[in-house]
Amino acid sequence: MPVAFAQPAQAQSDNSGVLRVALVQEIDHLNPFTASFASSTMVGRFAWEFLTLPSAEDATPTGGIAESWEPSPDGLTWTFKIRPGMKWSDDQPITAADAAFTFNRIMDDEKAAEANGSYVENFESVTAPDESTLVIKIKERQASMTALDVPIVPEHIWSGIEDMADPRTDSVEVVGVGSGPFLITEYRPNELVRLKANPGYWRGKSKVEELQFLKFDNSEAAVNALRNGEVDFVNRLTQAQFDTLKNTDDVETNQANGRRYRELLMNPGAQNIERQPIGDGHPALRDVRVRKAIAKAIDPQVLVDRVLGGYGELPGGLVPPIYDNFHYTPADDVKYTFDPDAAKRELDAAGYREGPGGIRVGPDGRKLEFRLTARSSEDYGQRATDYIAGWLKDVGIGVKKNLVSDNEVDETTSSGHYDLALSGWGTNPDPDYILAKQTCASLPASSGSSSSNAFFCDEEYDRLYAQQAAETDEAKRGEYARQAQARYYDQVPSLVLDYDNALEAYRSDRFTNFQRQPVEDGQIMEQTGYWGFYNAEPVAGGGDSGGGLSAGAWVGIGAGALVIVAGAATVLLRRRASTEDRE
Amino acid sequence: MTTSTTSTTGTNAVADLDERRSGTSTPRFLLGKIGGALASLVLVVVLGFLLFRMIPGDPVATMTRDRPTSPQQLADLRERLGVDKPLWQQFVDYFGGLLRGDLGESYSFSRPVATMIGERLWPTILLVGTATVLAVILGLWLGVRAAWRRNSAFDRVQTGIALTLWSVPQFWLGLILLIATQGLFPSRGMRSADAPEHFFGQALDIAWHLTLPCLTLLAVIYAQYMLVMRSSLLEEMGAEYLTTARAKGLRDDLVRRRHAVPNALLPTVTLVFLQFGMVVSGTVTVEAVFSWPGLGQLTYQALRGPDLPLLQGVFIVLAGSVIVMNLLAEVLYRVLDPRVRAT
Repeated sequence: MPVAFAQPAQAQSDNSGVLRVALVQEIDHLNPFTASFASSTMVGRFAWEFLTLPSAEDATPTGGIAESWEPSPDGLTWTFKIRPGMKWSDDQPITAADAAFTFNRIMDDEKAAEANGSYVENFESVTAPDESTLVIKIKERQASMTALDVPIVPEHIWSGIEDMADPRTDSVEVVGVGSGPFLITEYRPNELVRLKANPGYWRGKSKVEELQFLKFDNSEAAVNALRNGEVDFVNRLTQAQFDTLKNTDDVETNQANGRRYRELLMNPGAQNIERQPIGDGHPALRDVRVRKAIAKAIDPQVLVDRVLGGYGELPGGLVPPIYDNFHYTPADDVKYTFDPDAAKRELDAAGYREGPGGIRVGPDGRKLEFRLTARSSEDYGQRATDYIAGWLKDVGIGVKKNLVSDNEVDETTSSGHYDLALSGWGTNPDPDYILAKQTCASLPASSGSSSSNAFFCDEEYDRLYAQQAAETDEAKRGEYARQAQARYYDQVPSLVLDYDNALEAYRSDRFTNFQRQPVEDGQIMEQTGYWGFYNAEPVAGGGDSGGGLSAGAWVGIGAGALVIVAGAATVLLRRRASTEDRE
Repeated sequence: MTTSTTSTTGTNAVADLDERRSGTSTPRFLLGKIGGALASLVLVVVLGFLLFRMIPGDPVATMTRDRPTSPQQLADLRERLGVDKPLWQQFVDYFGGLLRGDLGESYSFSRPVATMIGERLWPTILLVGTATVLAVILGLWLGVRAAWRRNSAFDRVQTGIALTLWSVPQFWLGLILLIATQGLFPSRGMRSADAPEHFFGQALDIAWHLTLPCLTLLAVIYAQYMLVMRSSLLEEMGAEYLTTARAKGLRDDLVRRRHAVPNALLPTVTLVFLQFGMVVSGTVTVEAVFSWPGLGQLTYQALRGPDLPLLQGVFIVLAGSVIVMNLLAEVLYRVLDPRVRAT
């Protein structure tokens, strides 16, 4: 018996090289062709090297499987040179054929396109003329060729798989062969994903011997587990959780600039791709002066301070400041500053006069009263709507709050059945995706199928977008991207309200040197890369995990107590039986 | 369906029940009950299908939220999942699949729903089963004690505690226990990442993980057993046969165990079965607090999608468990209570 008890205890205290990470989101697949959840793609980033990936320093493209790359003068042919001498974890060489196989499979197989299909949409052909050369021909110029977020898989493993949706593609036998800093060695759905450091990794073996992603359904429990030393890393913290952990011994917090923006959608007249109106948005919002008035009536500083508790940044364009080469900050003379009087003047000029109850009425006699849709599940939604409703009322705009489920928010916004709505998106180092969402081409084919819910369609914006998309000179591209955002900002189909900080915490007594991306103030987990955990190091003699007695000891005590109780019960029952017999 | 059985402790109600069931032979009774259960199950399937179609939100849009997706990809996905078909066609497909034992394939995990539910069933049964057994033992024991010493300090304190725990939200209680025990027990899951290989070690590891979720569930559900046992025993205690037993000179202790308790047990036994069905669906919060990989957690995941096939599958299993337990309770009542059987 004592041997059995000792084992779990031993396992817990000898694992200084084991980094245990709380995972609050589910894993849908490990198969990199179908993995879509953020947590699953994160695991994929550790297991398979990319062609190129965003650097840790400033998220600009850096080499992965490709050592160098070169576009042709017309920008339509990209040649990638594969890094020599790289090997899969089963000792097979990594060649251009593997990369060509990966892209071709996504292009040819509908199921394989599920997660990363959008990256190959503009591809004409992908070939591997020799072992070290990969040639990608594209249909139109595309600057984001160095930001293809597609894990490259070994052809000798994946070519044998007929059906990409086969559950076998999630098994360790298939996903275990990789090229990244860690290799997947165990997968228990909804419980854990275990990865071991890849000894043959080309940048060198990680000092973290093992990575464990442990599934938590409840973020409070995850925070508690960090305090107790059951896990070493927790992210997606709430403000309150972050504040408590700030003052906890042996725990270090990281307040990082986030990749997400929050916005107030203002239905500018939702329409489908054939330019037919859809939804039931308030017609007044089609007037850009009304949208500008709303922008001037809102005070983002208050939202950041009071609603985000200071854990956010003030707004500008769609790309957050974390990617400063593409981020747009409006100049002072065009910036919407909190100015209720200016907002009122704007509404007066647009012809909205004050009516009964202080609510303005339009020339058509319709009241300036908007529905404000937000998520009831989010603290932000509940509190920000209060502030916004108050501010708008001050300038003569009535607001009816409509707090509903996440799904209902998705449905009403994507089908144009809203006036104002709180929304938000995550962004990538390459701005193409987030900017493309605002083009006329992203308007929905039918109601409810939109990938953009701001329903923006503007020739000037489309022109600037196309320019940045085709520009391969990084500096010039940044300039065009900023101009496109400036146009968006000026037309305000939606107003960016703030960028949330990413709040994380870790056991500083166990691990150190977590690398942020970008280096100054970026996040550690859920990066667009693997730098955060790859560069971490165990602290020498690093703390024992867990407070109090070890697991084994408690199991022992529990079992002991059970035996005593059972024994006592037996004795008692026997005594009773005998007394009864006597009677 | 069978709620009447729990309230038939009064003599009048029992008489009613006898009258209604008089003349029913056992096979006919069984057939009738099973038929009724099957009908309920079909109703559950139809209602479930329609209800979940009314939930707002496009599953495809939700699945692809926040990642680059082209309109072509969305259309392909819609076609693959079959959500582009008319509603009646979807229902026919679904019902046909059900008859073949096929619950469909989860949207977000693209795995067979039946397999996913199968994996999650036993952790839930382990959790609910253990908690129910302990709750029954504790509840009955405390209920008998409290009734026998009615209005004593013990009775008042125990009833007070039970009522308080019964009204406490499980979610809150679980978190409090988690924080209060300060890491003595694991915060999550059913197994340690590094549990020992051999069976004994694994069993201990699971037991260690089971402690807190089981305690939370136990604290909330034992109260019902206790209160029902207490009140039904109190009713029995007024009965004349007990006075007769005492008059024969039997010891108080024996009167209680041999005469009063067995009669008072009847409503409690049926309650246990009825409750077991409910508890399976009621573990959602406990499983969410402790990340217990059971059906409750699966329900939560399915709802967030919404992953329609998964949601429907879980719904059928949960509703089915209530229906089956109801059926068992009715049959058992007939077996246990001669008054119901006598015709």
